[in-house]
Amino acid sequence: MTSLNTKANIKAPDEFYAELLAVHEGLSKAESDALNARLILLLANHIGDRQVLSEALQAAARKE
Amino acid sequence: MSKVFEVPLYPYQRSPDQDAATPVRHTVVVVGAGPVGLALAIDLAMQDVPVVVVDENDKVSWGSRAICFAKRPLEILDRLGCGDPMVDKGVVWNLGKVYFDERQVFGFNLLPEEGHKRPAFINLQQYYLEQFLVDRVRELQAEGKPIELRGGSKVLDVSQHDSGAELTIGTPDGPYQISADWVVACDGAASPIRTLLGLEFTGRVFEDNFLIADVVMEADFPTERWFWFDPPFNRGQSALLHKQPDNVWRIDFQLGWDIDREKELKPENIDRRLRAMLGDEISYQLEWSSIYTFQCRRMDRFREGRVLFAGDSAHQVSPFGARGANSGLQDADNLAWKLKLIVDGKSPLTLLDSYDVERVHGADENILNSSRSTDFITPKSEISRIFRDAVLDLSERYEATRPMVNSGRLSVPCTYDGSPLNGPDCAVMPERTRPGSPMVDAPVPGGWLFDRLGSAFHLLTIDAETPEPLPEYGVGCKRLALSTADDPDGYLKQRYLGDAVSGVYLVRPDQHVAARWEAFDEAAVTAALGKAMGR
Ligand SMILES: Cc1cc2nc3c(=O)[nH]c(=O)nc-3n(C[C@H](O)[C@H](O)[C@H](O)COP(=O)(O)OP(=O)(O)OC[C@H]3O[C@@H](n4cnc5c(N)ncnc54)[C@H](O)[C@@H]3O)c2cc1C
Repeated sequence: MTSLNTKANIKAPDEFYAELLAVHEGLSKAESDALNARLILLLANHIGDRQVLSEALQAAARKE
Repeated sequence: MSKVFEVPLYPYQRSPDQDAATPVRHTVVVVGAGPVGLALAIDLAMQDVPVVVVDENDKVSWGSRAICFAKRPLEILDRLGCGDPMVDKGVVWNLGKVYFDERQVFGFNLLPEEGHKRPAFINLQQYYLEQFLVDRVRELQAEGKPIELRGGSKVLDVSQHDSGAELTIGTPDGPYQISADWVVACDGAASPIRTLLGLEFTGRVFEDNFLIADVVMEADFPTERWFWFDPPFNRGQSALLHKQPDNVWRIDFQLGWDIDREKELKPENIDRRLRAMLGDEISYQLEWSSIYTFQCRRMDRFREGRVLFAGDSAHQVSPFGARGANSGLQDADNLAWKLKLIVDGKSPLTLLDSYDVERVHGADENILNSSRSTDFITPKSEISRIFRDAVLDLSERYEATRPMVNSGRLSVPCTYDGSPLNGPDCAVMPERTRPGSPMVDAPVPGGWLFDRLGSAFHLLTIDAETPEPLPEYGVGCKRLALSTADDPDGYLKQRYLGDAVSGVYLVRPDQHVAARWEAFDEAAVTAALGKAMGR
């Protein structure tokens, strides 16, 4: 079974980060929230693996 | 012309019990002639268990109420000898459309699985279902079966002791007493029996109101289920349009929590809503309207000594996914054969505890599913609405999120995993027919598998040798021998054998699998049968 990859995995991270901010540019808070929700759903569907998704949810929910 | 639900179908008649010196004792008294009470009584009577049904009313359900009946309940109704009139009258549909805001986001086809006698489900007004059940009661009475239906007979009091229960029945001629070995409370969500016995009914209340309007109209909308999330004609809420027989359309408007019920129910208000939804030019007749709120709750136990609870009296779900009557019919299906074995002295009383275990499991599954639908339809927080709207938005362009759109999940029967009645499993056989599962229909020579199973225990063998003749094990166990040689489309193999070369299934009278093996073994079958009978 695959588990959540928490090692760095994205090439050119600065570019990705800039692109992430760029799609939010000029959006209201509500529009940004909606975009984020769509993004999460699309990515989750792409991953598909329930185990990985649960681990990601738990990892994101964890606060130290 | 008066509607079916306005005509008294079982008017009050004086019973000889009312003139008896001491209370007359009955084997089983069923309280409530709704879908669940009627189905249970029919099941018992067909198996020669004497049963008296009392209902304070004398008519079928007022208005349509339940309109969707799923495949498994239809199979149960077939076993009870009244599936045909239901399916003949019912509307079969497979297509649905989902709207969000001002647009249609997608359409779907349920594409029911092939190789079943019955469709995934039909739409039929509850009053027709009840009417056909009453017709079946009359048919059984004509055959001399021990079934009585007493209208205008309201249970006023109930008390119980170790060997039975005492009931006070109120009638237009005044009250009288009867005794019963067993009482089954099928007296609906407000169950007076539950209240009289001081039992709890706990769960979650959903703060929402829905307006139902059943209208008769000549409309050329296709036979599809249309569901709207946040439409312009009902902002922030949902709406549903669904077809029933006789050109009756079910229209359901979500209203929210703070509403003025009386105002909403005024015909001019309903008219305004209907025209906003369907256009100004429609012409229709309002058949029935009602506002409902709902709750998801159940009793802690469905058996309390000599009193059993079935249907809405035991559990209540939101209407999304059509699980109320559908699951109640499965309660009746689960209970009848167990009562029969106990009344015949073949099983210990503890067999009834398996009714509690199995149907509580079913109720929890239904409550879970219908709560999830409700949370999708009526998001309870800001973030929940954001995700819900995102799912709907995406589903217009991508198939990816369509399976998450939840406007009610089709009622499917539950598998009694972990039931105390389950016997051995065979690992190489298909998961869907493991012990505890409902049987899966399949075409067999001359008809359908379900038509070959009655209300008895069966030993279904597929390409398996058994001694001839097989014993009846003291409970009229029947053998049904089938062969993959007569299975041109491979359904039997796919649904019952999997990787096994042959199969032996012990099937309960409610058509759930009790145990299965690859080959016949006398001792194993005897042991599994004993277990399935609660011995
Ligand atoms: C708007 C709406 C839509 C629904 N849609 C669906 C659907 O599509 N599919 C589905 O499966 N379910 C649906 N349901 C649920 C379904 O209607 C109920 O689950 C079903 O009627 C329950 O049947 P029952 O026999 O347990 O109880 P009921 O039908 O409520 O019958 C109880 C009976 O007990 C009698 N009674 C009560 N008290 C006494 C007393 N003291 N003495 C004697 N008799 C008494 C009553 O007169 C009544 O006849 C819907 C419900 C609503 C409100």
